[in-house]
Amino acid sequence: MRPFLYDRATSADLAASALATSADAPLVQGRVDAEYLAGGTTLLDLMKLDVMQPARVTDITVLDARHGTITVTDAGLKLGALVKMSAAADHPEIVARYPVLAQSLTLAASAQLRNMATLGGNVLQRTRCNYFRDTSWSACNKRNPGSGCAALDGVNRQHAVLGASEACIATYPGDFAQALMALDATVDIVGAAGPRTIPFAALHRLPGSTPHVETTLAAGDLITGLSVPPGPWTRRSLYLKIRDRQSYEFALASAAVALDLQGGVVRQARIALGGVATTPWRARDAEAALAGKPINEATAADAARIAFAGSKPREHNAYKVALGQRTVVRALLQAATLED
Amino acid sequence: MTNHSDDERPASVSRRRFLGATASTAAFPLVGVAAAGQAAAQTMPPPDPQAPVDVKLSINGEMYRVGLDVRTTLLDALRDHIGLTGSKKGCDHGQCGACTVLVDGRRTLACLTLAVAAQGREVTTVEGLARADGPLHPMQQAFVDHDAFQCGYCTPGQIMSAIGCVKEGHAGNDDAIREYMSGNLCRCAAYPNIVAAVRQAKLQMEG
Ligand SMILES: Cc1cc2nc3c(=O)[nH]c(=O)nc-3n(C[C@H](O)[C@H](O)[C@H](O)COP(=O)(O)OP(=O)(O)OC[C@H]3O[C@@H](n4cnc5c(N)ncnc54)[C@H](O)[C@@H]3O)c2cc1C
Ligand code: SF4
Ligand code: FES
Ligand code: FES
Repeated sequence: MRPFLYDRATSADLAASALATSADAPLVQGRVDAEYLAGGTTLLDLMKLDVMQPARVTDITVLDARHGTITVTDAGLKLGALVKMSAAADHPEIVARYPVLAQSLTLAASAQLRNMATLGGNVLQRTRCNYFRDTSWSACNKRNPGSGCAALDGVNRQHAVLGASEACIATYPGDFAQALMALDATVDIVGAAGPRTIPFAALHRLPGSTPHVETTLAAGDLITGLSVPPGPWTRRSLYLKIRDRQSYEFALASAAVALDLQGGVVRQARIALGGVATTPWRARDAEAALAGKPINEATAADAARIAFAGSKPREHNAYKVALGQRTVVRALLQAATLED
Repeated sequence: MTNHSDDERPASVSRRRFLGATASTAAFPLVGVAAAGQAAAQTMPPPDPQAPVDVKLSINGEMYRVGLDVRTTLLDALRDHIGLTGSKKGCDHGQCGACTVLVDGRRTLACLTLAVAAQGREVTTVEGLARADGPLHPMQQAFVDHDAFQCGYCTPGQIMSAIGCVKEGHAGNDDAIREYMSGNLCRCAAYPNIVAAVRQAKLQMEG
C-alpha cells in the first residue's frame, strides 16, 4: 500500500469541497487523487493490491449520525449512504415491503463484510476482473487507460455479455444496484457546488472508450443517500442470484424482478440484470414485452430472449447468455407466484 | 537503532503538521479553501504521509496507545504492535474470515479495517473472551466439545464470527448457521462440527 494522508470528514458539504479542491492541489508525489473511506472493503482491498493509490483518504464513517438512517414511509424508502448492508438487509420493513432490496443485500458478500460495508460504498464497488485486480498484467484499460484489455482474449468466464466495448468487458459485480435499478431509485449527492439528486440509472457509465471513468460523479462528490419510490410492484419483488457456490460468491447471473399484476396480467414489470453486464442493467425492452400479458413459461422465455438480444459473448462467457435467460425466466415465474 | 533525541523531534513536528493540515481542509468553507491552500503552500512543506500517527485503541476493555504508520490495519496493529496474535491473517483481502474480531459488538474483518479508523470503538479479540483463570466462553467450550477444528488456524475467526452470528439472531437452524457463517473458510473442512458447536453454544448463550 502507498502512503496516504488520512483525515476524518466533519460534514458532507465540507468533505465534498475539501476533496474537490484537493483534486486541484497535488499532495504527495504529484498524485492528486483522493478517496472517501466508508466500510473500506473495496478501497483497502484495492489499495493493498496497488490498484487504487489515493494520496488522501477521507474517513466518512463519522458522518453516519446524519447519513446513516433508514426511513420507511408511504412516500417511499430513504436510505442513508452510510447505512450498513446488514442493517438494511435485516430491516423488517424493507424485508416485508421491498424484498428485492433485502434479498440482494443478504445474498451479497459475507456477514462480516455486510457489517462493515455501506450502501454508498456498495454501489461504487469496483469490478472483480482478475486482470484489473492483478497489477502484474500490464494491459487493463480500466486500471491503466490506453494499455489494452487482457480479458478480451484471456480468461473471460466472469466477464460481461451486455454493455461491453472493445476497451473493456468487465462485469459490474454488485447485487444491490440491480434492485435499485429495478425500483427506479434516486441518488442524493453533495458536491462542491451543493446538493443534487439524480436517477440511480444515471450513476454508472458504460465503459465505451473510457472504462476507467465508471460513474458520472465529479471529484469530491459524496453520495449522502438513496431513495426508493413506493409502488404496487415493490412487494411482489425478488432477487435471484446464480453463482458457482451457494453462498459468499459473486453472481454469474442474477435478476432483480418486480411485478405489478392485476387479475394475473402484467401492468408493469421491472427487470434488472446482474453478473452479465458492465453496469447495473435494466432490461426495458423485455419489460415492455410483458405488459398486458400473463406470466407463464412462454411469455417469460420471450422476455428473457429479448433481454439478451444484444449480447456479445466471448470465448469463455457464452454460457452466460443461456444462464442469464434462465435466471430471468425463473425469477419472473417465482415473482408471479408470490402472495400479494 | 537511531539516536532517539534526534529521532523524536522531527516525528512529532510532522505529526502536528499532519493534524494541522487535515484540520484545515476539514474546517474551511469552500471559498476559503483555495486561499488557505495557497498560503499554506508558501509557508509550510507539504504534510508527510509517512509520519507515524498516534493511535489509541480500546481492545478487550484496555486502552492501548501506539505510534503507527497510517497504513497499518487493525489486524497488523493487534498482531505486530500490541502482541495479540490470536486473530489470524489468512488472505489479508476480506475473503477468508480468519481475522474476524468484534468491533462495537459486531463481527468485522480486521484485515480491511484501518487501525486509525478503529479509534473510539471497542474491539474484542479471541483473547478477550475468557480470563486466564476463568471458564471458557460457551462458544470456545463448544468448539472443544465438538472437535470443531483440525489445524486450528481458522478457529479464532470462526469463534468470533460464531458469537456475532448468535448475537445477530442468525443461528436459528443449521441452514442459517451455514449461510451466516459462510464468510469463515476452513481449509480443514471442519464445517459439520463447527455447525454443531454453534448450535450448542447458542442454547447456552441464550439460556
Ligand atoms: C470477499 C468479498 C466478497 C464480496 N462479495 C460481494 C457480493 O457477493 N455481492 C456484492 O454486491 N458485493 C460483494 N462484495 C463487495 C462489497 O459489497 C463492497 O466492497 C462494499 O459494499 C463496498 O462498500 P464499503 O462501504 O466498504 O466501500 P469502501 O471500500 O469504503 O468504498 C468504495 C468506493 O466508494 C467510495 N465511496 C464510499 N462511500 C461513498 C460515498 N458515500 N460517496 C462517494 N463515494 C463513496 C470510496 O471512495 C471508494 O472509492 C464483496 C467484497 C469482498 C471483499
Ligand atoms: S475487462 Fe476491463 S477491467 Fe478487465 S482487463 Fe479488460 S479493461 Fe481491465
Ligand atoms: S485475513 Fe481478513 S478475511 Fe482473510
Ligand atoms: S481447522 Fe484448519 S483451517 Fe479450519
